[in-house]
Amino acid sequence: MTVAKLLNIWPHAPLLSAFFWITVSVFFLYLARTPAHRSIYSLSRVIHNGLRLLARSTRIAAAGIHARNKEVLFNLGRESTERIIIREFQRVDGVIKRDLSSYPMLQRDMSDQIARMDEDYIKSAELPPPVPTWVDAITALGKISSKDASVAAILEQIHKTINSQHKGVLDEYRRVSSDRHAILHKMMPLWRRLAETLEQASQRFTGLNERAEVIDRHMQTYQEIEDRSEKADRMLTSSAATQFFIAGFVLLIAAGGAVINFNLIALPMSEMVGGGSYIGAFKTSDVAALVIILVELAMGLYLMESLRITRLFPIIGQMDDRTRRRMVWITFTILFVMAGVEASLAFMRDRLAADIQALRQSLADVEVVAAANNWIPTVGQMVMGFILPFALAFVAIPLESFVHAARTVLGSVLAALLNGLAFAFRLVGNVARYGGEFGVNLYDLAIFPSLWIERLVVEKRRQQKEPETAETGALAEETS
Amino acid sequence: MKRIVMLVLIGILILGSGCADSTSRARSVFLLLDTSGTYKAEIDKARAIINYLLGTFEPGDSMAVARIDSGSFSEKDIVAKVTFDRRPSVATEQKRLFRAKIDRFIAASGSSAHTDITGGVVQAVQYLNETGAGYRYILIFSDLEEDLAKGHVRDFPLEMQGCQAIALNVTKLRSDNVDPRQYFKRVEDWQRRVEDGGGSWRLLNDLERLDRILES
Repeated sequence: MTVAKLLNIWPHAPLLSAFFWITVSVFFLYLARTPAHRSIYSLSRVIHNGLRLLARSTRIAAAGIHARNKEVLFNLGRESTERIIIREFQRVDGVIKRDLSSYPMLQRDMSDQIARMDEDYIKSAELPPPVPTWVDAITALGKISSKDASVAAILEQIHKTINSQHKGVLDEYRRVSSDRHAILHKMMPLWRRLAETLEQASQRFTGLNERAEVIDRHMQTYQEIEDRSEKADRMLTSSAATQFFIAGFVLLIAAGGAVINFNLIALPMSEMVGGGSYIGAFKTSDVAALVIILVELAMGLYLMESLRITRLFPIIGQMDDRTRRRMVWITFTILFVMAGVEASLAFMRDRLAADIQALRQSLADVEVVAAANNWIPTVGQMVMGFILPFALAFVAIPLESFVHAARTVLGSVLAALLNGLAFAFRLVGNVARYGGEFGVNLYDLAIFPSLWIERLVVEKRRQQKEPETAETGALAEETS
Repeated sequence: MKRIVMLVLIGILILGSGCADSTSRARSVFLLLDTSGTYKAEIDKARAIINYLLGTFEPGDSMAVARIDSGSFSEKDIVAKVTFDRRPSVATEQKRLFRAKIDRFIAASGSSAHTDITGGVVQAVQYLNETGAGYRYILIFSDLEEDLAKGHVRDFPLEMQGCQAIALNVTKLRSDNVDPRQYFKRVEDWQRRVEDGGGSWRLLNDLERLDRILES
């Protein structure tokens, strides 16, 4: 017997059966109203509180990540700015050593030039013409009467003598002036040289001033990072995101280069390690080619570390200079040898590919035609085989940027995700809370006939009680 | 630093020697060529198949070509066999030599009086098992009409575990045209024998699609 048949008490009157069961259900639901309300409320509270706690924990975790992220970001920024400032100071040091070390010589040169100019100046000083003592003699002679012929002759003689002497003095004056002009003319190159020397010194000082301005700017940034200012935070975050995408793009290019490199050496590697053996699902020759490329990458990383271009391995950076220089040469030699090996493999690949192609053509009964200038792709492949390992060595630089930037960017993304998750938890918690209230209302709606009857009964009882209360009150008043 | 280098070297050595799997992926093919009178004219098509297969083989693969004649369970019927060297350059040279052998055989082959396909299949299974290849194929280039010489016993079950038998270019005989059921029965009989022996069976008559031959 099915449940439907059991419920259908009056088979010929299904509506009556349904009404009966609804009435019974409403009655029992009414009886269970209070505990049902409590259950719904407690369920919604459990969900709400649980999700609220989860949201809080998630927010705390997000805040922790954000703080840690910020810490890392500031540390990286501080390190980077320190490196820039150190580099600027090294440049200033270089300028001082190169330019200002010769400053004492420059100063002595200038002093010599000034001394010579001073001497020349003294030489060129204008000498006053000798005082003409004969003016007094002329004044005395002027008092003598010139009516006398003999006196007139004497005076005439004196006039001639004076004219002759005046001419001599004038000539002498002109000669001396000419000499002075010549001395002043000789001073012109000295002035020019002195001006040039001063210009050079000025330029050197201007270069230093510019460097000082750059250092000032970086020091300001450094100070802001030290102060953990908002501006520094925004600047570093933006810089990290930019670095992340740029470095990622460059790494993608490098990956393309690595794939080309792999294809250059995979086929000839099968000549060395065998073409039919496998490691797992991969051909041994492919794995060997990949290992070679990875070793080259590793050597590139070590080289860049040893040159102190990157700082991925602090232990290498902390080595003493002698060991570090040795490491530079060792890694460079290994890289060079591997580049040579790759060039040879590229050559072998070209031969093998040509041989296989010729075989396939002969198997297909196609006439084998030798391509013109077929040495060009051979040389091209060899050159690529030689250059690509060195090109891949430089991957260390974008890799370092990517690793550092990825830490910040991924941290920010994770923090944002956690914040989003916390919001979702809170939202669902609140929905559960108000959903509980909605459930209670829905419950009451389902049993509204019982509630309506209950209200009627309560109302009736209240109305019965009110006259009794009024009568009791009247009696009490009369008694008093 | 030294320790790291040693670890990497040991890892590479372990990977290179311990995990290397040189046989499981190798393919081994045994091609049976029917040289009976009714089928002799089809032998040029077999040359195209062999050439195609030679072009697809990789170092480590094996191939043998044998003729089906009056008594095929014999090493003398193997025209050429080779396991390609692990070095591609040597394997290429082996392919050239193999092709030359096949060309000489096709130029000089005559037709046999009887057709012992079962003997050839048994010979093929034996060869394939000896190669130890991971994928084993028996290509039967024949009309599948067995015609045994008197006294030859071939009505025994075949042992073909791990082998894929592929019937190529199964031509219709004149009698098949009269009653096509004979053709279908012949093919079904062979399929049953192969599958009862633990092998798998495929029929490939469209030789324009040679790439389907060695599908796993």
